[in-house]
Amino acid sequence: MTNTNYGTIFKNGIFGENPVFRLALSLCPAVAVTSGVKNGFLMGVAVLFVMTMVNATVSLIRNFINPKVRIPSYMFIIATWVTVTDQVMAATQRAVYKDMGLYIMLIVAFAIVLSRAEMFASRNKLLPSIVDGASMGLGFLLALVLLGIFREFLGKGSLWGHQILVVDGKAVKPLLIMILPTGGFFAMGFMMGFLNWIDRKFFGGTGSGGGAH
Amino acid sequence: MHINWEHVLTIFIASALINNFVFSRYLGLCIFFGVTKRMETAVGMSFTFTAVMLVGAALNWLIYTYVMVPYQLGFLKIVIFIGVVAAFVQAADTMMKKMTPALYYKLGIYLALIVTNCIILAVPLINADEHYGLFESMALALGSGLGFSLALIIMASIREKLELADVPKSFQGLPISFVLTGLIALAFLGFSGMITL
Repeated sequence: MTNTNYGTIFKNGIFGENPVFRLALSLCPAVAVTSGVKNGFLMGVAVLFVMTMVNATVSLIRNFINPKVRIPSYMFIIATWVTVTDQVMAATQRAVYKDMGLYIMLIVAFAIVLSRAEMFASRNKLLPSIVDGASMGLGFLLALVLLGIFREFLGKGSLWGHQILVVDGKAVKPLLIMILPTGGFFAMGFMMGFLNWIDRKFFGGTGSGGGAH
Repeated sequence: MHINWEHVLTIFIASALINNFVFSRYLGLCIFFGVTKRMETAVGMSFTFTAVMLVGAALNWLIYTYVMVPYQLGFLKIVIFIGVVAAFVQAADTMMKKMTPALYYKLGIYLALIVTNCIILAVPLINADEHYGLFESMALALGSGLGFSLALIIMASIREKLELADVPKSFQGLPISFVLTGLIALAFLGFSGMITL
């Protein structure tokens, strides 16, 4: 890519190829940690950090890696940055870490991180790679926060832990099922279907987000 | 060494049904949705998966207990576990190709998919976090493997029927599969509270 257009890369990461809703990659954490906005946000930040750093590292050393061993090399780079994130999270966010420590560690197995390293960072210069990693991570973060808002509001009547739906001084929990595992799958399915519908109706797209599976 | 068989059995049943990886821990979803379009692939994947999980858990347990704990390398567990799993899967791939080409044709493609799968990695990580012994680790691996197989086979049989259903256009493919999984998860919720760990 000779003519690098940062705006295009950015839009691509957030809308065109949104990791969760469009590419349907890395779904496990998207369902697992979104029972609350805060958890979803922190997970998104962790992924954003890992993706940016991995893309930067891969881009910096892309000319020194023998193409035959590139995938294992990327795996070790990813594992290293995930370890860093894991240790920082464990030290600073103790309460949250107890719930989602396992999912933070499993960022290492995210298809999206490896695929961006392989498809973008290994062929581009440092700065575009950083922008690509950051915008993909941001797309992921947005998807997680969106799902988190949807589920926490319906499940607990609160947002970021603050009770919003209150009737006669009592907290209202409209649909408890939304914070259970079942609700995660429902929220994901309906959100994807809704976005496909918007895409077809207003943008003339094929509306086949996640249809690859 | 004293082994608490009751605890081993509890872990086995809990990991297969109550804490089913797909329906209550939400792991392995990529593969879960990827291979359940046809029954045949789902069954092939189940076999490969359970076998790799058992061997992977045993190898990682040995390394964790005899190398990482004595030298206090616990913080490196992510890097080491993924390396061990990747190396083992690559070795299995090569050996299968040489020794049993027929089996390799059937199951080879699943092996390639398994390397970066989160369940394969989650089992040793949970074992390490809970400080399980060898038999408890194996029970967790076997239970999770069978639980995952159960999930794959249930989902594959539903999706084969789904081909004939009239699904709204926006929901075709993945969205409707998610809703379906939600319904199965609701059924699996019935197992919770059967055993408390």
